[in-house]
Amino acid sequence: MIRLALREFRTEGIVGFALLIALGVLLLVTGIHVVNVNDAFQIACRKAHSCSSTPNPVLTVENPLQHALPLIAMVAPALIGIFIGAPLIAREVETGIFRLSWTQSVTLRRWLAVKLGVVGLASMVIGGLLMWMVDWWLSPIDAVNMNRFGLSSFGYHGVAPIGYAAFAFALGATAGALLRRTVPAMGATLAGFVGARLAVTYWIRPNFASPLYETVPLPINEGGVSFAPGATEAFSPPGVSVSNGWVYSTEAVNKAGHAPTAHYLLNACPAFFNQAPQPPPTGRKSTAGNTGVTLFNNCVDKLSRTIHTLVAYQPGSRFWPFQWAEMGVFLAAAVALCGLTYWWLRRQYA
Amino acid sequence: MTAVIEANGLGKRYGHKWALSECTLAIPDGKVVGLVGPNGAGKTTLLHLSVGLLQPSAGSISVLGGRPGTTATQLARVGFVAQDTPTRAGFSIADHLRFGRWMNPNFDAKLAEERIESLGLDLRQKAGKLSGGQRAQLALTLAMAKRPELLVLDEPVASLDPLARREFLQGVIAVVADSGTSVILSSHLVADLERVCDYLVVVVNSRVQVAGEIDELLASHHRLTGPRHERAALPRDQQLVNESHTDRQSTIVVRTNDPILDPAWTVEQLDLEDLVLAYMTGAAAQDRRPKLGVHS
Repeated sequence: MIRLALREFRTEGIVGFALLIALGVLLLVTGIHVVNVNDAFQIACRKAHSCSSTPNPVLTVENPLQHALPLIAMVAPALIGIFIGAPLIAREVETGIFRLSWTQSVTLRRWLAVKLGVVGLASMVIGGLLMWMVDWWLSPIDAVNMNRFGLSSFGYHGVAPIGYAAFAFALGATAGALLRRTVPAMGATLAGFVGARLAVTYWIRPNFASPLYETVPLPINEGGVSFAPGATEAFSPPGVSVSNGWVYSTEAVNKAGHAPTAHYLLNACPAFFNQAPQPPPTGRKSTAGNTGVTLFNNCVDKLSRTIHTLVAYQPGSRFWPFQWAEMGVFLAAAVALCGLTYWWLRRQYA
Repeated sequence: MTAVIEANGLGKRYGHKWALSECTLAIPDGKVVGLVGPNGAGKTTLLHLSVGLLQPSAGSISVLGGRPGTTATQLARVGFVAQDTPTRAGFSIADHLRFGRWMNPNFDAKLAEERIESLGLDLRQKAGKLSGGQRAQLALTLAMAKRPELLVLDEPVASLDPLARREFLQGVIAVVADSGTSVILSSHLVADLERVCDYLVVVVNSRVQVAGEIDELLASHHRLTGPRHERAALPRDQQLVNESHTDRQSTIVVRTNDPILDPAWTVEQLDLEDLVLAYMTGAAAQDRRPKLGVHS
């Protein structure tokens, strides 16, 4: 039965691994280039003691690929679901072959277990290898950006994509069993996968662990802070970046921990708010804007004595626990979908 | 003698519609059973229930004494050729035989290969390129190489030309002659079955109308022609199958094991085709009867 599952997976398997190898060669060649550019820069800037002030050229190297790669990595699990998962059972039912497959000396339970096991495992291997290659390629760039915990970049790093591949595959198989036709099953798989990824990213992942809170002083430079008097959220501090961490929110709070009211701000800086309702233009300073800038700086300076920025974030050290948790969520969903598929086929057929 | 298929009040429902209902059958061992009925009568439903591709909505069915499709052993005892003989278009004949070997511990690979060879088929040929007749033969080969105790064939010849039809049925006869396997095959044409079957089951409108040995059925069914009669005039031992009336004359088909004594009737024997037809039209008439029978 395992041999049969492998034989029936042959075409998809060959295509999948061929694409993987082709991409692997491309990534190896260009990836070595990325590493070399980075190494050359590191040596040069260390000599010149300018590592923190000079932009690392690695951020622009192999530019089209650098931008396409996250997309490829995020789309790959969906493709696995669509082209490997969805046809697995749908094609069997659609062509009537199930009447041949399920009347041999192998029970439906075993047939399904082996098919899902073998092809599902292959899907995870494909997803995992792809992720491993992409991760390696991006590592010098990640070292500069330090943003792999970010909302979307989390999804093309680490082990979570293995969970995505397993989930997309199982979703495809389930959709195929329920819808009985390959093309609608493919559509449902795509929609379901995108929906699940978004739902986990925005609703589930933030709850894996409570965020840490930290207060930092308001930055006393123009342009960083913006005012919108009269609105409910009258005052917003600039974003704070945490190295390799994930910032949930930054908000301005007073000593009691509440957001300052518009009324309070107006009272604190009457001169500024009465004269210039908009923050002054940054960068270029015209003589006409000078009074505005001075007033603005004075105002921020005054406010910063009572108001701080509160940052809610996940530290970089939680990246891997979050990766495993995300993978676990998707793997659990995949297992549940396999169970649903078995229950459904059992009810419908044998 | 044990029953190959034993059904008790068996029924299968799709939504509100019963595809098969109140089916009670006991088909003895060692027969070649013809399952006849018009398209959509419930033949495929009955066969799928017997191989475990469907689960009953009502009643029960046992095949060779076991519940269909539940265990690998049970599955191994029944060979099945589905309607339109599905095969994998991209797989060669050799791939299909390998499939049979991988999926069936008792698979007789030698028998299968010999049969493919004797049919003049090339092992390397893709199933998608085979003719309908060749595909049916491949499917039959796979099913019989399981060495099953019961071979179930669902409309195996419906899409075949007359020559392929005859070759296929000869193949079935050869299987029975070699192994003594019980066979049940369905068709909407009686002519297909006449040559090979010795037991008949007629299904019309999701109900089994009649089942029995063909010889017995032929001996017990008569067509009576005479002056116009009313139904009530029939003796108790005669079961009315079908009736048709003109102004002056009645023609009825009855089932009885006793001689027909009423001298008013001219008694004729039926051939198998007439017999099946009588049940089909009889069942159709029965469906209409309640609406017309208000005054009686």
